[in-house]
Amino acid sequence: MNHHSGAWTDQRVEAIIGNLLRAGVLLAAAVVLAGGALFLVRHGSAAPHYAVFQGEPADLRTPSGVLADAVSLRGRGVIQLGLLILLITPVARVAFSVFAFAMQRDLLYVVVTLIVLAVLVFSLAGGAL
Amino acid sequence: MNTLELTLLIWLGSLVAGFLGALTGLGGGIIITPLLTLAFGIDIRYAVGATLVSVIATSSGAAAAYVKEGFSNIRIGMFLEIATTVGAVVGASLAARLPTTTIAVIFGIVLLYSAYVSSRGAREPAVDGQADRLATLFRMDSSYPTPDGPKSYHVRAVPAGFGLMLGAGVLSGLLGIGSGALKVIAMDRAMRLPFKVSTTTSNFMIGVTAAASAGVYLQRGYIDPGLAMPVMLGVVMGSILGARVLAAARTRVLRLVFGFVVAVLAIEMIYHGLTGRL
Repeated sequence: MNHHSGAWTDQRVEAIIGNLLRAGVLLAAAVVLAGGALFLVRHGSAAPHYAVFQGEPADLRTPSGVLADAVSLRGRGVIQLGLLILLITPVARVAFSVFAFAMQRDLLYVVVTLIVLAVLVFSLAGGAL
Repeated sequence: MNTLELTLLIWLGSLVAGFLGALTGLGGGIIITPLLTLAFGIDIRYAVGATLVSVIATSSGAAAAYVKEGFSNIRIGMFLEIATTVGAVVGASLAARLPTTTIAVIFGIVLLYSAYVSSRGAREPAVDGQADRLATLFRMDSSYPTPDGPKSYHVRAVPAGFGLMLGAGVLSGLLGIGSGALKVIAMDRAMRLPFKVSTTTSNFMIGVTAAASAGVYLQRGYIDPGLAMPVMLGVVMGSILGARVLAAARTRVLRLVFGFVVAVLAIEMIYHGLTGRL
């Protein structure tokens, strides 16, 4: 622990985490809104297709596919990128907690948090049971 | 109805759901899936995918406000997230294997239970007593602010709480909801945490749990951007508005009314599931 206001107390860690999460949600919402505008301008007058489940096309199912669609400014791709940002905010929160527990020299909770992070990364990397 | 009109209607419905969810503390996610499936005829898999996304948004968005109050217990939350995330991956994987009619019936039962819990309201459990060995080992005992200064509490029944959280995680992954009601029960009734501590810690956990199942949902093609967009934006705006007026609202009456609406939706979900119309 150091002696100035920079000590990693639980309160300070939680305040940082709270702001991190809120920034992530705001950024995600802005990207989703932009993508939604693109999507509705181009496809707003088409008939909706949500009543029958077909599953999303392959490019909207993986982070790399979503990124490629978003870069070429396809509305659905940009929205999906915003949703990915949203999805990653809790993961970033857990990753930051690993760091914060390490700064507190709390080895037990570094391990606990790494387990949670591993499950999240497994799921996002396309793992299912 | 074209896509633009449907999108606007869904956005409006999600706004109202997010608003009521924040006012009652039940979360908006719980009534969005019934709204999308029963009122708009949307396939339950798309509905569940869109709802799950909105659950992450409300949990993460509310975290900053909760943190300031100083009630949430980050160690308990992180420890129990092992159970909820593993459960969520299992539940999301199950969702692809169960018939949609079965999912609708399970959804209805969970809705009924949540309505019952929310209409009953909060009770402050006893907070002192013997400490649990696991709780001591994992340094879960802590204190929370009260008008008379910090009050310390001991955590009990860690294995039971962990088991309940595993179940909450499975339901969350299976139904695309936050399972806040179940999480609060696990911490409140089993582990005997003070009510404020369990509700705020539960909010923190909901986003991480939902992110664990969202990865599986994305890969299965359940998350449709065109549908998730109005749901997410509506719920986020609604819950911000809800949090603003929370202080002035008469929450007891509201909880009862909302609980009644949830119960009606629950029965309709079960009926549609049993008759094979979902």
